[in-house]
Amino acid sequence: MSITVRNVSKRFGEFTALDDVSVDIPSGALTALLGPSGGGKSTLLRVIAGLETPDSGTIEIFGVDATRLPPQRRHVGFVFQHYAAFKHMTVARNVAFGLEVRRRPRSEIRRRVQELLELVHLEQFAGRYPSELSGGQRQRMALARALAVEPKVLLLDEPFGALDAQVRKELRAWLRRLHDDVHVTTVFVTHDQEEAMEVADELVVINRGVVEQVGPPDHVYDEPANPFVMTFIGPVTRFGGRLVRPHDLELVRHPEAGAAPATVIRVVRLGFEVRVDVRTHDEDVWVQLTRAEADELGVEAGARVFVRTPPEGGLAAVASGC
Amino acid sequence: MIALRVVALGYLGFLLVLPVAIVFRRTFETGIGPVWDALTRPNAVHAIELTVIVAAAAVVANTVFGVGAALLLVRHLFAGSRVLDALIDLPIAVSPVVVGLALVLVYGRTTAVGAWLGDRGLDIIFAPPGMVLATIFVSLPLVVRAVAPVLEEIGTEQEQAAWTLGASTLQTFRRITLPAIRWALVVGVVLTLARGLGEYGAVAVVSGRILGQTETATLFVEERFQNFDQPAAYAMAFLLAAMAIVVLLLTNLVRPGEDA
Repeated sequence: MSITVRNVSKRFGEFTALDDVSVDIPSGALTALLGPSGGGKSTLLRVIAGLETPDSGTIEIFGVDATRLPPQRRHVGFVFQHYAAFKHMTVARNVAFGLEVRRRPRSEIRRRVQELLELVHLEQFAGRYPSELSGGQRQRMALARALAVEPKVLLLDEPFGALDAQVRKELRAWLRRLHDDVHVTTVFVTHDQEEAMEVADELVVINRGVVEQVGPPDHVYDEPANPFVMTFIGPVTRFGGRLVRPHDLELVRHPEAGAAPATVIRVVRLGFEVRVDVRTHDEDVWVQLTRAEADELGVEAGARVFVRTPPEGGLAAVASGC
Repeated sequence: MIALRVVALGYLGFLLVLPVAIVFRRTFETGIGPVWDALTRPNAVHAIELTVIVAAAAVVANTVFGVGAALLLVRHLFAGSRVLDALIDLPIAVSPVVVGLALVLVYGRTTAVGAWLGDRGLDIIFAPPGMVLATIFVSLPLVVRAVAPVLEEIGTEQEQAAWTLGASTLQTFRRITLPAIRWALVVGVVLTLARGLGEYGAVAVVSGRILGQTETATLFVEERFQNFDQPAAYAMAFLLAAMAIVVLLLTNLVRPGEDA
């Protein structure tokens, strides 16, 4: 394990940001701290970086107790949501900063900065100031700056949160490729489950200062530990008193064992996906179909249908009542 | 809009430009020779030197204190920070004469503190140290109030980023914080310098106005004027005004239009 967090608690006045959190971050992996805003995930990241001091508990980074170490001596790289660019320095000087304060030889700094700027595709912007860059370019610069000092761990706090949707998507795919090249243990905070699922090897779901579940994205999606994780990580609907994924439900025209009779309330076509709202005798359920399935079934509002769970196993479901 | 502009310019004209212009005209009424003579007499030279020393000392003290206090107020919430915040503005609210009087009451030779310091050869009142103290006091808020809002605006993320990159507290201050606040600091320093050069009331009380010893430029102007030596009074007044204008112009020239 590269980072071991043990029994960490952190309060801000009356607010409990972290409540006895213990979690292990695997070496070399890309781990996402995922959860709703105000859930404590950013605080956990800042505690790991040494930018916040925990009230209790310990942080170990590659076997060294870092709990009392200042951020300067933790060998972590940190990337902020709003870039934290050094506004009065050029892009090259920003990237060189960590090497300059370490008094590395000038020739080494020049070579390393050049390498990193190429890595983040900013080599032609070396002489520009951060104010002359777009948000995505600034964040890539911040990433190069953090990587320059060869950190043992790279920590990213909502790194794409301030970017617009298109740039966000590009950058997260790019981050994934970068990680596959560089292989530095990376932890990033996000409230966007899609982003976490797409980029991360490992998810740590955090809510109200507590770790709800840890595991690979597929595992967390298919076997959520509790109603919160199930609801947060993907679409849900309630059927037969349980929470299920709407794409796990099926609609059929004819009655069969285990299928509940229902009336179609509404059919919404969202491109490839078709959302069908139905009402059983005691529940409102929504079922997600592909367009082909919907066309084959020929549903429209008012039709009588039967809702069933798939005959084979593999149904992600938790007892409702969260 | 035009009416407003006329009013504003007229107001400034009668209040600011006209009196200063008349001082300048009176100064050079009889040519540059008498002005030069008046300013090169021993008492005048001493007054100029003392003024520059006192103002410079106040600038140094208030720059160090001002940046420190601004950092403390903006970056740290502590018990008593509200009190500190309020205290910093006190010199604006209190008349300089009261400031001078208060210093005399604390550091005068008849007081315990003043006597103790006097026995060790350090006279505060009726001597330059007291004048420096008085000038520091009256110009105390200027650097703090110029720097604090900029510190607030830049936030702490750049500093935190520097820490994670391995920069010590001192390196972070020198390489990140100081460059970010530099123009605000220049403004604060210029205002402090201008106030230091021009301070009259507080310095008048604590200096004792000993000719050739504790007389600053402003006190010199008043003293010469009272002794019907108008040419010397005008010459020194001109010099004070010219120094202030040069400092302000330099600041505006050095300062870029927009922070790059």
